[in-house]
Amino acid sequence: MSFTGINWFKYSSPQAFHPLAGRMIPWFSAAALVLIGVGLYIGFFVAPTDFQQGDAYRIIFVHVPAAWMSMFLYVIMAAWAGLGLGLNARPSFMMAQAIAPTGAMFTFLALLTGSMWGKPTWGAWWVWDARLTSELILLFQYIGIILLRASIDDLRRADRASAVFALVGVVNVPIIYFSVRWWNTLHQGASVSMTASPKMAATMVTAMLVMTLGFWMYSIAVTLARMRCVIVERERQPAWGKNASIQEVAEAR
Amino acid sequence: MQWGSLTEFWAMGGYGLYVWTSFGATALCMVWEVLAVWRRHAAAGSRDVS
Repeated sequence: MSFTGINWFKYSSPQAFHPLAGRMIPWFSAAALVLIGVGLYIGFFVAPTDFQQGDAYRIIFVHVPAAWMSMFLYVIMAAWAGLGLGLNARPSFMMAQAIAPTGAMFTFLALLTGSMWGKPTWGAWWVWDARLTSELILLFQYIGIILLRASIDDLRRADRASAVFALVGVVNVPIIYFSVRWWNTLHQGASVSMTASPKMAATMVTAMLVMTLGFWMYSIAVTLARMRCVIVERERQPAWGKNASIQEVAEAR
Repeated sequence: MQWGSLTEFWAMGGYGLYVWTSFGATALCMVWEVLAVWRRHAAAGSRDVS
């Protein structure tokens, strides 16, 4: 770690992380705005109309990024939760806590936009297909993790309980991802994969990837912002201000 | 660019309702989340350090 000349461990303490996150949020927000703007432009004005699905396919530009984020964020949340359990590190649990609501939101959006896409192409808002059902379970997992945390007053117990729940639930992520291969699903297969060339026009893939990157930047920005709230809420300590006086210490308590 | 007019753009080849509901809901959720975090930040009474 020391070869970079930066003491990275310094930022593992909430006191050091709080201002660092504050400085990073504007950059990630700006990147999100630019990427989503460019993605929407390519998606609506450059990408051609699909010969099979008409313009309904354009839902892909929010549906796929939202669905990917729902899975990415779950894995990252579970990784922080696992790190927290392994190292007994409070900031790791805080990161997991800060990620959960954004993950839940993207899961909800993946389901909603999916249903908006299903109606015109399959003729049904919802089917009990393996992909759809496993994604719905992911939403319940997120909600369960958030509610479990909220229902335990002792913060350290809440941290550990929700971390265990998050870790056990990781098993659902590969099930969601491979569901279209393992079972005969109505849901179409992967549009982009590491091994095969994309099954879509290059401009469509570009729009989708740019939107995904934009959603990534958005998630980082909003998670960092929520992390700052969590830090302040959990450690209502006067050290947050630059020159906290004894009077302020007294007021804060 | 495949849109002849603004009406054509909004119609999305007849799929306007589905397309715009999807994009609208996504935008609403994201804006709502940002505002919610903003309000939480204010409520947390954080003295801005940066």
